[in-house]
Amino acid sequence: MNNTADVIIIGSGIVGGSAAYYMAKKGLKVLVLEKDMIGHGASSRNGAGVRISGRVDSEFGIARVAIREIWPTLSEELEVDTEYEKPGSFLMAVKEEQMAALHRSCERALKQEIEAEVIDGDELRRRCPYISEKVVGAVWYPEDGFANPMKTTLGYYKQGRKLGVRYVTGEEAVEIRKCRGRARQVVTAAGNIYEADKIIVAAGFESRALMKTVGIHLPFLERIDECLITEPQPPMFRYRLSCVDGNFYGHQTQHGSFIFGGNTNMERYEDTYAGQPRNTASSVSDKARNAALFVPALRGAKIVRYWAGWLDSTIDRLPVIQEIPEVPGLISACGFSGHGFALGPGMGRLLTEMVTGEPLCADISAFQYDRFHAEGCFGPRTNYPKV
Amino acid sequence: MILDRSRDIGEFVPEKDDDLIICRCEEITKGEIRRAVHEGMWTMTEVRRYLRTGMGLCQGKTCGRNVKAIIAKELGVKPVQLEDCRARGPARPVEMGTFGDETEACIEE
Ligand SMILES: Cc1cc2nc3c(=O)[nH]c(=O)nc-3n(C[C@H](O)[C@H](O)[C@H](O)COP(=O)(O)OP(=O)(O)OC[C@H]3O[C@@H](n4cnc5c(N)ncnc54)[C@H](O)[C@@H]3O)c2cc1C
Repeated sequence: MNNTADVIIIGSGIVGGSAAYYMAKKGLKVLVLEKDMIGHGASSRNGAGVRISGRVDSEFGIARVAIREIWPTLSEELEVDTEYEKPGSFLMAVKEEQMAALHRSCERALKQEIEAEVIDGDELRRRCPYISEKVVGAVWYPEDGFANPMKTTLGYYKQGRKLGVRYVTGEEAVEIRKCRGRARQVVTAAGNIYEADKIIVAAGFESRALMKTVGIHLPFLERIDECLITEPQPPMFRYRLSCVDGNFYGHQTQHGSFIFGGNTNMERYEDTYAGQPRNTASSVSDKARNAALFVPALRGAKIVRYWAGWLDSTIDRLPVIQEIPEVPGLISACGFSGHGFALGPGMGRLLTEMVTGEPLCADISAFQYDRFHAEGCFGPRTNYPKV
Repeated sequence: MILDRSRDIGEFVPEKDDDLIICRCEEITKGEIRRAVHEGMWTMTEVRRYLRTGMGLCQGKTCGRNVKAIIAKELGVKPVQLEDCRARGPARPVEMGTFGDETEACIEE
């Protein structure tokens, strides 16, 4: 089979898959290379949150496009039930000291013209009686929601494939090669060579190694993130919940199961980096404790599954989205640092515009790879949570 | 295994027993599984994520083999060429309170 295309996308997650779909709609010949199976990475393993809130200004543009313009009609577009819903979310605090962070989050949202409101614990329990007495306050974000990550990611694949996108799975890209100064070829572990005018790297953490083959260094950490899901429960509430410390989030899915996730920040010190992402010893029980702390009625709910996935975490937790100036034809679309599922549909549109040369739907000037500088271990952009 | 997902596997042809329930926990029929294959779901995991086969209470222990045989037949390959359902913990459903054993201590701080 002919191994040339207009665009090669490396990685079949939501970023690569949505880009492939929108490009095929524009009539481009697209080839997606996936080292494992469709949606093997974070896109099928994430916590399903689709929020517009909690975005720094630079990322807000892409979130806005995704959440206001694409997600609402995505199920019809993909002819798959993505289970997208926008019932609103509560960002909660369990300690008085955390209230200041809630107010900061709310102020930023209001400046971005997102509806937001700080409420106290009693008002929160009035709106959602299942929430524990331990919660002292929350911000209400009516535009936030969730979707089914697996069906959305596979939906983009299914619909792209129908439009003629060629997907090759089990085909691991190992090297990008230049021709006359431009990125031109992708070499795979099996020794196959594919060629295109544009090459998009949307391979999650592994993007780092691929970019290195053309001398571009992206400072990523490979971090693990974990979720659990319960047996279906009777309908309780539709809201998305999260805690301002980042160690708890979740909601009741359409199916009735509750999904919970969160990061204790200790996972990365455990030895889980053995090929497949594995759950860490402490994390699942930590989530179970948190679920019972925030929603006491769930203490007896049974966990049926837990799993882990990789985060492609940059030092400032923002992505790298750019056609690399030193390697024309090579586009980086990675480093989503744990919040790329919601952005995925917007990324597909944006990458398509980058390839076709149309005006961009969001400003990406803050996402260039040369923004990373050495700043010392207590510098302003370290990966440690600010106290 | 390298798979070109553009390989022609032929049209979806309805069969008499398409209404047969294969995954009993989630009530997924043979016809739904066969259709998913034609929509591009060529692995056990993709079908599972797309339709929820094996995502219910038994976590695929009952229907896994049957699902595999249906996918393999549709693709014209041998069942051994497909991966097994990935087992995820816990081995059987466990209550949140039991799993997060220190619940009381944690809530009381
Ligand atoms: C547990 C968890 C919870 C999360 N919760 C949320 C959430 O609630 N909301 C949210 O918005 N985001 C969340 N995220 C983050 C989100 O899932 C990711 O940011 C997003 O899925 C990234 O999509 P992607 O397409 O860039 O990467 P991925 O989905 O990781 O896709 C990359 C693909 O590239 C493939 N690949 C890698 N190397 C190669 C190679 N050499 N050759 C070919 N293919 C290759 C991989 O197999 C993979 O399929 C969470 C992540 C995790 C792990």
